[in-house]
Amino acid sequence: MPESIPHTEERLLSIEKSVSGRRAVRLPKAAKPASAYLPQNCLRAKAPRLPELSEFDVVRHYTNLSRLNFSLDTHFYPLGSCTMKYNPKANEELASLDGFGRVHPSVPDFAAQGTLEAMYRLEKCLCEITGLSAFTLQPSAGAHGEWTGILLARAYHAKRGDAARTEIVVPDSSHGTNPASAALGGFGVVCVNSGKDGRVDVSELKKHIGPKTALVMLTVPSTVGLFETDILAIAKAVHDAGALLYMDGANFNALIGLAKPGDFGVDIMHLNMHKTFSTPHGGGGPGAGAVGVTKALEQFLPVPRVEFSNGQYRVRTDYPNSIGQLRSFFGNTGILLRAYCYLRQHSAETLRGIAENAILNANYVLAKVKDIFPPQFDEHCMHECVLYTDTAKMGVKTLDVAKRLLDYGYHAPTIYFPLIVHEAMMIEPTETESRQSIDGFIAALRAIHAEAMKDPELLKKAPHTLPVKRLDEVGAARKPDICWMK
Amino acid sequence: MLKAIGVSSLEELLSQVPQELRNSRFDLPPAMGEMELSAHMNSLAGKNSRLVNFAGGGAYEHFVPSAVKALVSRGEFATAYTPYQAEASQGTLQAIYEYQSTICALFEMDAANASLYDGSTALAEAVKAAMRITGKNKIAVSAAINPQYLATLRTYFAPLPDVTFEEIACPLGVMDPASMAQAAKDAACIVAATPNYFGCIEDTDAIAAAAKAAGALFIAIVNPASLGVLNAPGAFGADIAVAEGQPLGNALAYGGPYLGVFACKKEHMRHIPGRICGITKDLDGKRAFVLTLQAREQHIRREKAASNICSNEALCALAATIYCALLGPEGLKELGELNVENAHVAAQKIAALKSFRLKYDKPFFNEFVVECPCDAAALRDALAKEEGILPGIALDKKSLLVCVTETRTHADIEALVNALRKHSNA
Repeated sequence: MPESIPHTEERLLSIEKSVSGRRAVRLPKAAKPASAYLPQNCLRAKAPRLPELSEFDVVRHYTNLSRLNFSLDTHFYPLGSCTMKYNPKANEELASLDGFGRVHPSVPDFAAQGTLEAMYRLEKCLCEITGLSAFTLQPSAGAHGEWTGILLARAYHAKRGDAARTEIVVPDSSHGTNPASAALGGFGVVCVNSGKDGRVDVSELKKHIGPKTALVMLTVPSTVGLFETDILAIAKAVHDAGALLYMDGANFNALIGLAKPGDFGVDIMHLNMHKTFSTPHGGGGPGAGAVGVTKALEQFLPVPRVEFSNGQYRVRTDYPNSIGQLRSFFGNTGILLRAYCYLRQHSAETLRGIAENAILNANYVLAKVKDIFPPQFDEHCMHECVLYTDTAKMGVKTLDVAKRLLDYGYHAPTIYFPLIVHEAMMIEPTETESRQSIDGFIAALRAIHAEAMKDPELLKKAPHTLPVKRLDEVGAARKPDICWMK
Repeated sequence: MLKAIGVSSLEELLSQVPQELRNSRFDLPPAMGEMELSAHMNSLAGKNSRLVNFAGGGAYEHFVPSAVKALVSRGEFATAYTPYQAEASQGTLQAIYEYQSTICALFEMDAANASLYDGSTALAEAVKAAMRITGKNKIAVSAAINPQYLATLRTYFAPLPDVTFEEIACPLGVMDPASMAQAAKDAACIVAATPNYFGCIEDTDAIAAAAKAAGALFIAIVNPASLGVLNAPGAFGADIAVAEGQPLGNALAYGGPYLGVFACKKEHMRHIPGRICGITKDLDGKRAFVLTLQAREQHIRREKAASNICSNEALCALAATIYCALLGPEGLKELGELNVENAHVAAQKIAALKSFRLKYDKPFFNEFVVECPCDAAALRDALAKEEGILPGIALDKKSLLVCVTETRTHADIEALVNALRKHSNA
């Protein structure tokens, strides 16, 4: 579309397209108004200001909105730590079968045997691939899972009568949700600086752990895309101090089918179904964050849990040492069903292929661009590589490179994270991108580098071809307009 | 590719994972192709009973127009990432803004976030916000909120030092005023649901007055599907309103994914947890949408964040937005009136059965408690197994929580009444 034709239609809100009296869905009329059944004082005085549109209006409005988005179906997302892999269509359809969708969460167990069987089998699969004893499927997202792990650690120490453990230790490269979840669980946060190679330095860690440490939270591979090669020594140090080891499984795509965190000495970990297990991101959820534990911690898992006995799947809530319920009902069952579909399409060999190809693809990108975007830590990476923009040489920042990538039809990598890497750019191609699409991305990065050397202003004003140009984010926060008012 | 990387084998790349930590012993079933998977999943789906549903209790069966699923399942929405790159995410962002606007209009509130996990976690976040706002640590909570919400609150707050709970008794189905006034003393908030777990509509004026007198915030839990006819929380004086958003266009799906709705008055805007979308301008001055007020969030504030939430339930919020756009103000009113009428017709017929009676005499929306002449759980199981009817949720030995939405026809209601008669010998 030529630049001169403005996208004016798309910029209107649904409510601004409203025409008084226009209808889409009509429901049968009740014989009597609500006031025939209810006292006037509990009735609404004024109808809500909602859009009045035809079905066609609504369909066109949201279809056109969707076209303003990048998405995995349309674009490559090299988003480090987010594992934007292909979301198989069969999983969408099968998890949404009416036989699953119509089941009320309060039905007696005999009426939900199919869903419960899938949940039970999913839990067993997750145990097998992680080497842990049991999983809860209730957490609704990764951060919800982290908080669950923190409550499990608290319950474990409390049961042992050890009330002095009030701290949680995280490395400086951790996801922001780690310290935020620790604080939500009532713990103080102790931050450990990473070593020179980006990994946890065992001797440095030892200085920060002791009788006050409840839990050490590590992301493996770490957020700089490296495996914690000293993980056994780390686990030993943590356990010697009487603390537990938590593994943030956001980066599990690098290890699936290759290694079991249970073998590392991990006590608790979460897995993001919307990362490693291919459920779609939905523009920011819903996800699901299953949490696995060792035998010793199983008694503390949240309720409800599914068990199998006498040929029947049953939901049980009567675990006296459970930390309780994390939310209402069973969990994000629809997402868990998608993850189950994903796992059933894999064998041990093909799971290993996921990790291997994810690692191969990331190293390929690294090798092909490291001369222009150097890695912070110069060695082979796992499933993602962390590069940086040499601002002095290029005259632009990582933000500018990221925005220019959008013009080339690539979603930006994760930028300015991890916080320990200056001008960071974290690239995770995943195993599902083809050699051709990765080559296209590499070519775009090289072209952008060349542009920066010639005309940095081009990057600083990017993007140029998207529905909008760079946004005034400061203005948005200063005078927040977060809800339409007439 | 190996050559480009400069290694001779994949093994070399994997070498940073020490050999002793590699594990190739995975006891997993063989992989299925799509065709076998389809058969397997259809077989599992078939093992779930098909029941005529009269259960509510926090999750409700409503009619979902086809356009909701058609739009929500578009790959451009479903497979998009969180809209951190605003220029490439204007569709998702505008939809979030429209969701927030829809919630504000429906709830008569000034501000809403982009959604939380579900109703119960939205409540926990609201309580946390109330504690921060008031500087107090006591939670006055109605005994008639969904027991799963109460359980969730206890999981969230029990580990925290100095947090106390005081339950407000509901002997007659709604909160007892004296018990409420007592509990509200020194409380950060009064937490009350209306309609409450027993279906009863609370005296919201009294709650707002009690909260004000005690310097506590009024946190209302509402059913968004009721708001086409019932008074909105902003109008009845709630400071923060939360809800399970599932009734707005989302499937029951055995508990999730649902969405937590969070809305509040303007003065509490900077205490809202999670993502918020705002309007701004681009370099050309064109209207654009962006995630805003991010200084509250975990990726910026880490342990000092308002909440640890990152992923929320964006696609479920989109479904709710589209559902409300399709129904419009008139459709939501029709929805509400049909729920009220169907529930009242059913209640009347059940109450007319010998030995059945309504437990409470308070106004209700689409749910009510029935006292049965026999064991409620046994009665439920008998109806489910023999009649294909789920008559409600067994609350205790004798009580059944029955919900009747617009999806239940008069024939369904007749079938329920006849089945109750038959299986209770009433």
